[in-house]
Amino acid sequence: MELLRFATAGSVDDGKSTLIGRLLYDSKAIFEDQMEAVERASVQRGEETNLALLVDGLRAEREQGITIDVAYRYFATPARSFVIADTPGHVQYTRNMVTGASTADLALILVDARNGIVEQSRRHAFLASLLRVPHLVVCINKMDLVGYDQEVFEAIKAEFRAFAMRMDVTDLSFVPVSALHGDNVVHRSAAMPWYEGSSLIHHLEQVHIASDRNLIDVRFPVQYVIRPRSDEHHDFRGYAGQLAGGVLRPGDEVVVLPSGWSTVVESVETADGPVHEAFAPMSVVVRLADDLDVSRGDLICRPHNRPVVGQDLEAMVCWLDEKHLQPGGRYAIQHTTRSARAVVKELIYRLDVNTLHRDEGAPTLALNEIGRLSLRTTAPVFYDEYRRNRSTGSFILIDEATNATVAAGMLLDPAHVG
Amino acid sequence: MTQLDTSPSVPVYQLSHLRALEAESIHIFREVVATFERPVLLFSGGKDSVVMLRLAQKAFWPARLPLTVMHIDTGHNFPEVLEFRDRKVSELGVRMVVASVQASIDAGRVADEPGRSRNRLQTTTLLDAIAEHRFDAVFGGARRDEEKARAKERVFSFRDEFGQWDPKNQRPELWNLYNGRHRPGEHIRVFPLSNWTELDIWRYIAEEGIEIPAMYYAHRRQVVRRDGMLMGLCQWIQPGEGEEVTEVTVRYRTVGDATCTAAVESAAATPEEVIAEVAATRVTERGATRADDRFSEAAMEDRKKEGYF
Repeated sequence: MELLRFATAGSVDDGKSTLIGRLLYDSKAIFEDQMEAVERASVQRGEETNLALLVDGLRAEREQGITIDVAYRYFATPARSFVIADTPGHVQYTRNMVTGASTADLALILVDARNGIVEQSRRHAFLASLLRVPHLVVCINKMDLVGYDQEVFEAIKAEFRAFAMRMDVTDLSFVPVSALHGDNVVHRSAAMPWYEGSSLIHHLEQVHIASDRNLIDVRFPVQYVIRPRSDEHHDFRGYAGQLAGGVLRPGDEVVVLPSGWSTVVESVETADGPVHEAFAPMSVVVRLADDLDVSRGDLICRPHNRPVVGQDLEAMVCWLDEKHLQPGGRYAIQHTTRSARAVVKELIYRLDVNTLHRDEGAPTLALNEIGRLSLRTTAPVFYDEYRRNRSTGSFILIDEATNATVAAGMLLDPAHVG
Repeated sequence: MTQLDTSPSVPVYQLSHLRALEAESIHIFREVVATFERPVLLFSGGKDSVVMLRLAQKAFWPARLPLTVMHIDTGHNFPEVLEFRDRKVSELGVRMVVASVQASIDAGRVADEPGRSRNRLQTTTLLDAIAEHRFDAVFGGARRDEEKARAKERVFSFRDEFGQWDPKNQRPELWNLYNGRHRPGEHIRVFPLSNWTELDIWRYIAEEGIEIPAMYYAHRRQVVRRDGMLMGLCQWIQPGEGEEVTEVTVRYRTVGDATCTAAVESAAATPEEVIAEVAATRVTERGATRADDRFSEAAMEDRKKEGYF
């Protein structure tokens, strides 16, 4: 059984909570005591049973009737296990959406059939494409309120496709649903015989994600050096880490960055025994044929397929902190298992997430704003373009005075940087 | 699946969901040990902490576990769990710290309320022990699927100098980049099992053949029915007035403080039978077995803000 992580974004009005509630309820992931607690709380507030209360876990969220933070939800069908990163939809929670999308295989975007595509739908689609979520599913919800009309569905679909073409969206699907009545959520709906695609859950079970990972460029950031120094494993020296790309096998010729020394993979080990190959996201221990000086933050790759090595970076960043970006400011940067300092050389432009307009005169980035930055780091970073590898292409910036995580960055190809 | 994917000439590089969760947890353990000075793993002998310990072992194999383990001992233990805890710790040869709630009570740090569970009192003992031993990273076995406040928890969860959790001011956590920075006196709680569900834990126990205390499997036990829950008789639970003692076949879905952990009627005697039972159950494990979470809608959130597990 495979694991699929998907992100949803939306507000209560879109029927997002109802949809999630239905996915959880119909897959038996909501339990009776949780349902009773929701019913009790709803009665106390004088409301009808409000499935949003299942998802909104914090007191402040229930009081205000909004989702503030990312909530993680879990359910499984016989075909797959699912992790939902459920995030609020409003523009003031862009950072939460970015967080939820960062690890998602798929993004679910809700559109209210009565309203068609609104600013929020465009923003969600843009954020999913910015974070390189490989699959996008647009649920056109509340079909019951437009008489299950195929024309409404087709018109929204065409409009969405038209603007998605301007973005980097690789796999786009549309499902007409009524979350409230369950049409096309778990079972194909009898009310929409004109729809020939699969139900939402069937789509989530079947979407092909195995090839989304990069299996071409071997990238092994060293996390930790294992040296037992025990009688049994006296000379054992292994490099522990999680494959960030490619397939690594014993016998492979490799180089270690930054030293550039080349050697051969002697074995790839796990606590359950050696393996004949390792691929992302496996956590393994790599042993090398030669005794080299390798430590945390180094990167193992193939000699003819190396990442970019550089100190001058360009990236799209989402600003995550109340305190604005300081052009010229210094931050700590965390990239794979490597830490350094970075100075912000320039804010190249700020991007309006609703219109995609680039403001080249913007002085700073505030919370939830997205822009393109150039940075210089105190030590070389071994990276790939984010669109090629989400792991070696991403970083975070940390304010060294407050220790807060202030930005999420997606690196751009230096060939396009100029 | 299309023909292409299953063709033997095209290998399918795909991990099962359990192996993907395992790889994620191992990565978390290694990040912490590589970047913190004094990490500690909370070990109670309960199934989640046993699985956590197994994952930690795997992360550093073939080296010995570079961690201290700590048990917050409420003094109200199931004796078989204490025996199990001591045996596991001695097998692994790791250092164990036992921080005692009774000692906190005796020292006047907290006041015991007779007849009430000591669950909430553990927070003081835990925070005192973290301060005393200057632990900077504390591994806990909490899972996001357990409870709605836990669903909002980060993998690396920052605690201020008072050990408090501020749910409205959490660090964003993206990709697999964890920000563990903190000042002296502050610490980070780390939850390597964040994305595991109760069913995943059981499937892993079955797949790996992990030993857990026998009370997780069906056995005969004398119980009283209290607030709709089955409380097993022991040193701490005695029948009250008008309570009838019966012997039933039960198992425990969670193992915590003996005064507030209930049993469920069950005939599941093996991991496989437990998996079948958990897959079919319609009540969460905390709802079925934890008297402490029934106080209010926000009981867990309130305890967590104070510094609870």
